[in-house]
Amino acid sequence: MKICCLVKEVPDAAVQKRIDPATKRLDRSGEKNLNPFDTHGIEAAMQIREGDAVQVDEIIAVTMGPESAVRALHKAVALGADRSVHLTDAALEGCDVCATGYALAKVLEPEQPDLVLLGQQSDDGECYTIGAVVADHLKMPSLTQVIKIEVEDGKLVCERQAEYGYDTVEVDLPAVISVGDAINEPRYPSLKAIMGAKKKPLDTKATGEVGIEADQVGESGSKTQVLEINPPPTKEAGEVFEDEDTNETVSRIVAWMDERKLL
Amino acid sequence: MTAGPAIVRDSGERALLPPFTDEHEQLRETIARWVRTEIAPHVDEWEAARQFPRELYTRAAELGFLGLKYPVELGGQGGDYVHDAVWAEELAAAGASGGVGAGLGAHTGIATPPVFRFGTADQRERFLRPAIAGRKIAALGITEPGAGSDVASIRTEARRVEGGYVVNGAKTFITNGVRADFLVCAVKTTPDGGHQGISFLILEREMPGYEVARKLEKMGWHSSDTAELSFTDVEVPEENLLGDENRGFYLIMENFAWERLLMALGAVGAMRRLLEVAISYAGERQAFGRSIGSLQAIRHKIAEIGVQAEVGRALTYHALRRFVAGEETIADVTKAKLYTQRACVEVADEVVHILGGYGYMREYGVERALRDARLGPIGGGTDEVMKEILGKQLGL
Repeated sequence: MKICCLVKEVPDAAVQKRIDPATKRLDRSGEKNLNPFDTHGIEAAMQIREGDAVQVDEIIAVTMGPESAVRALHKAVALGADRSVHLTDAALEGCDVCATGYALAKVLEPEQPDLVLLGQQSDDGECYTIGAVVADHLKMPSLTQVIKIEVEDGKLVCERQAEYGYDTVEVDLPAVISVGDAINEPRYPSLKAIMGAKKKPLDTKATGEVGIEADQVGESGSKTQVLEINPPPTKEAGEVFEDEDTNETVSRIVAWMDERKLL
Repeated sequence: MTAGPAIVRDSGERALLPPFTDEHEQLRETIARWVRTEIAPHVDEWEAARQFPRELYTRAAELGFLGLKYPVELGGQGGDYVHDAVWAEELAAAGASGGVGAGLGAHTGIATPPVFRFGTADQRERFLRPAIAGRKIAALGITEPGAGSDVASIRTEARRVEGGYVVNGAKTFITNGVRADFLVCAVKTTPDGGHQGISFLILEREMPGYEVARKLEKMGWHSSDTAELSFTDVEVPEENLLGDENRGFYLIMENFAWERLLMALGAVGAMRRLLEVAISYAGERQAFGRSIGSLQAIRHKIAEIGVQAEVGRALTYHALRRFVAGEETIADVTKAKLYTQRACVEVADEVVHILGGYGYMREYGVERALRDARLGPIGGGTDEVMKEILGKQLGL
């Protein structure tokens, strides 16, 4: 089995996120890190490899991003990937989620993975949708927010976290699976692995090398356009019930909720 | 007209201070995550039990932390002293208590390096390999009831006999002493001892006559075990002689540089953590209708703590850079040790004060930090010994 793990370089969790008013995009200057959600995808791949249900021949970390994204790939390799692929090209700047999904699918195509794993969301854009877009382009089934994966007879049996509980879904391979952070606890990369990461093969690809159509990517190739950015409306001041007589306070809270049809 | 210097926008990139590289920062993240997840939540329990579990060594070994600077062939990670420096700093900064840092640090930082540096291939196999794997716990035995800073006056004696030595004497304040599987022990090998008469022997706990006389109760470092050891006619084979006979004083001196740097790095980490606690508490705690951090009395205190932490860090990193470059570092290491240990006590005391009643309670861990820090100006050479070294360096 060949597993591709999609990873992303995102602003470090400690960095205060802001939108650049000039570009209407996230300001990505400052300290960056490997998207923490993607580390669960790599760990899931490692656990499939270490399990005895199927033989995993290769785990490949794949990213799209600027030159600095190599650092995220090194981290992915330190966590267990065998090699990495970096799609980087000025033409990709400004891609929305659809264009990004298309570009990633084009990089994945020649790899012919049996399984594509990724974190359920990125720590910056938080779209939750990239897996589904990639799957659509690759014509593969897709599942999101998966918290358990079992390989059985060349298929996957996945448990998926939903608002109403859990779904157990059988999926044919190849497939694109985005995993929730409850799926596992990513391992600690050893120093040996950190030091060895730079020595593992890394392929750098430009758009032309993987057949990406220029008019399908970048800001102009994106299907969405950011017209305006506004802060979320400020929350109305809440109402505080002083608790002098608990029975009465409870009745007041119930009445308040009832009034707003919350019960 | 020539253009002035370009104004470089601060990109917010975390400054990579030499000798640390991106690789070291990744290791820092790993260690910090491990400490936050697997150590910090248990520290109170371990402090109360006066010992952290032995399994922590095996866990640390499994993750490669006990062999960061040792060669892969011996089971290590193939790194160097700078990786070990990250380990020492992050254990303190990410929330392991002084005791946990001391127990793990004595093993990795002071007891095993002499075996690597001066040990034979056989000694490395018998002691260093299992220590890196967490199967054997190591301790360093120098201090005696009657010999602390005055190292040359140790009395524990190793008498030459056929095939080895017979050791008699006692050691005290030995970190890991209660459960150490082997002790890298300074002994007198000439009747007069002194600079030319000290050697190192590796004593093993199962050797008849080797006894843990007492587990010592301490002001701080509660989760580490500290022992008084006694040796009565302990027969030590000559293959356990570490380095050359009567050259042990030089081994001690060489080890001291790294031990003192490790102590400085620990204090740098501890001060970073204390500063964070102070900022966070001062930002949240309300008094007189506003956060106490906006009151000058507190804000100025925290500003000063920030300066002390930064000065300590700058001095320590400077000494570390020179140490790893193989330069003469006695003065730099001494300054770093002297400054950081005292500063850490002062900083911890100020942070206890900023947190007021809560600081005095166990909940926030700052009273522990103060107790843990107090050993700094005593252990590894007292402040006075440091000042003597520096004074002499100045030609006085």
